[in-house]
Amino acid sequence: MYAQLVKTDAARLRTLDEMDPQERAFQERIDAGEKIEPKEWMPEGYRKTLVRQISQHAHSEIVGQLPEGNWITRAPTLERKAILLAKVQDEAGHGLYLYCAAETLGISRDEMYAQLHSGKAKYSSIFNYPTLSWADIGAIGWLVDGAAIMNQVPLQRCSYGPYARAMVRICKEESFHQRQGFHIMSVLAKGSDAQKAMAQDALDRWWWPSLMMFGPSDDASVHSAQSMAWNIKQDSNDALRQKFVDQTVPQARFLGLTVPDPDLAWNEEKGGFDFGQPDWDEFYAVIAGNGPCNRERLQARKDAWDEGAWFREGLSAHARKKADRRMAQAA
Amino acid sequence: MAGHAVQTAPLVELALRMGDNCLILGHRNSEWCGHSPALEEDIALANMALDLIGQTQLWLGLAAEAEGRGRSADDLAYLRDVPAFRNLLLVEQPNGDFGRTIMRQFLFDSWHLPMLRALQGASDERVAEIAEKASKEVAYHLERSGDLVIRLGDGTEESHRRMQAALDLLWSYAGEMFAGDARDAEIAAAGLAPEPDSLRPVWRSHVEAVLAEATLAVPQNDYAQKGGKSGRHSEHLGFILAEMQFLQRAYPGAAW
Repeated sequence: MYAQLVKTDAARLRTLDEMDPQERAFQERIDAGEKIEPKEWMPEGYRKTLVRQISQHAHSEIVGQLPEGNWITRAPTLERKAILLAKVQDEAGHGLYLYCAAETLGISRDEMYAQLHSGKAKYSSIFNYPTLSWADIGAIGWLVDGAAIMNQVPLQRCSYGPYARAMVRICKEESFHQRQGFHIMSVLAKGSDAQKAMAQDALDRWWWPSLMMFGPSDDASVHSAQSMAWNIKQDSNDALRQKFVDQTVPQARFLGLTVPDPDLAWNEEKGGFDFGQPDWDEFYAVIAGNGPCNRERLQARKDAWDEGAWFREGLSAHARKKADRRMAQAA
Repeated sequence: MAGHAVQTAPLVELALRMGDNCLILGHRNSEWCGHSPALEEDIALANMALDLIGQTQLWLGLAAEAEGRGRSADDLAYLRDVPAFRNLLLVEQPNGDFGRTIMRQFLFDSWHLPMLRALQGASDERVAEIAEKASKEVAYHLERSGDLVIRLGDGTEESHRRMQAALDLLWSYAGEMFAGDARDAEIAAAGLAPEPDSLRPVWRSHVEAVLAEATLAVPQNDYAQKGGKSGRHSEHLGFILAEMQFLQRAYPGAAW
């Protein structure tokens, strides 16, 4: 769930009868479960929404390198360091597949970066929280990647071919990430009192931001309804959140950790947990740029881009020189 | 070829020297994570760091085993202080700009690959096996770092200037790779590794060929900064260890 509050430009959902023949044929293909491929006709709203969604997802992957990258140099053993390096490398790889998927919709990676750097494009709110202890690396894998998987598994069947195929590869790696995070937590939970406290503190800080990853309730959202009609979103935010809580609470109990929600209770009738609402004011504040790490995260990305300009220009200049030399030789 | 045919101490020394180079350079590369100039570079650097940390596990695992004092590879990485580290001064130098990071990698890779190839003929099978596995990875590192040195050296005026500055700065740390000390002599006498100086011609010819293609000038000052191999480091290593060893030092004996 690295895309939140994705707008569709739809004022309301239209019926098949209200669509012109081209759009209607498009919608009928989606309804029949067909994949849409890059060169095919698509409504402008579909294209724009997908660009927003996929680029937001891609940006989340690359900004997400930062909080975890924090701990690579401090990882407590060589094996943990190697696993974390592999994980963060995977995230960068996910970013790459996703940027490539978005590029098939007629936007360049440079344009997407410019939107990220200007603040026009968003990334997941979760990465604006700090990683303060080693247990946070466990909590991110367990909770954040766990929440991401909830949404990404169904996206493997979404209507846009390149996005669906990128998601197949990504999901395989995310489930490894989730397991390594849970493993870090389980070692800490079985460790010294200080390690247990570290694990509990990480759960206390990451629990609510993880629930926020699904976004506020969207049962009344026209954007969500439109995205669902296009089959680029399959489940409501509340349904995914419920699924996440139902899956995660028993895991926390297995670890001997306490989920920081006084309202948490098993509801026999619905076959799931009742739980409290995250602080949505905090969510909107983070989205608006006021999370604990928004400024640092974005500045780090801008600095990487600006300070790397000479490098990228150097490579381009060399490629041009080489091409010119080949031309001169051929002439 | 059997392990018992060699003295333990030279084997431990060799494994520490190889492993510490990998650990410290892997650490430096991993500092770039999320901050490099292009997404492809983030991926490539993390990949290289991962290779180097994997090689660290093998070398320090061998050092721990050969030393026979009940220590693990992690103990060696996380519980030794600066003077016990055996890495070259070159690999602990700060990243600087991306050009300096690439140049440091290139100068090191150009030594690392021939060294690993020579180690494949070591009198100890464990050394030969690690060297064989590592040399496959390092061949790729060298291909990549050499390629980037060429492209950036022969790129724009600015990229050329930055690469030349990086080369001029790091050149004085290259000599240590070829300066043999008493321990190197013991290691060579045990048939474990070549005398360091014997690798200089192949290093020099490869480096000069790449620098020529990169339109970069070979620095004239051949004064070599030395000390890393015997535990006399630059100021930088202490900070690397303070960061790297933090959790093991703050929570002694904890499992992770």
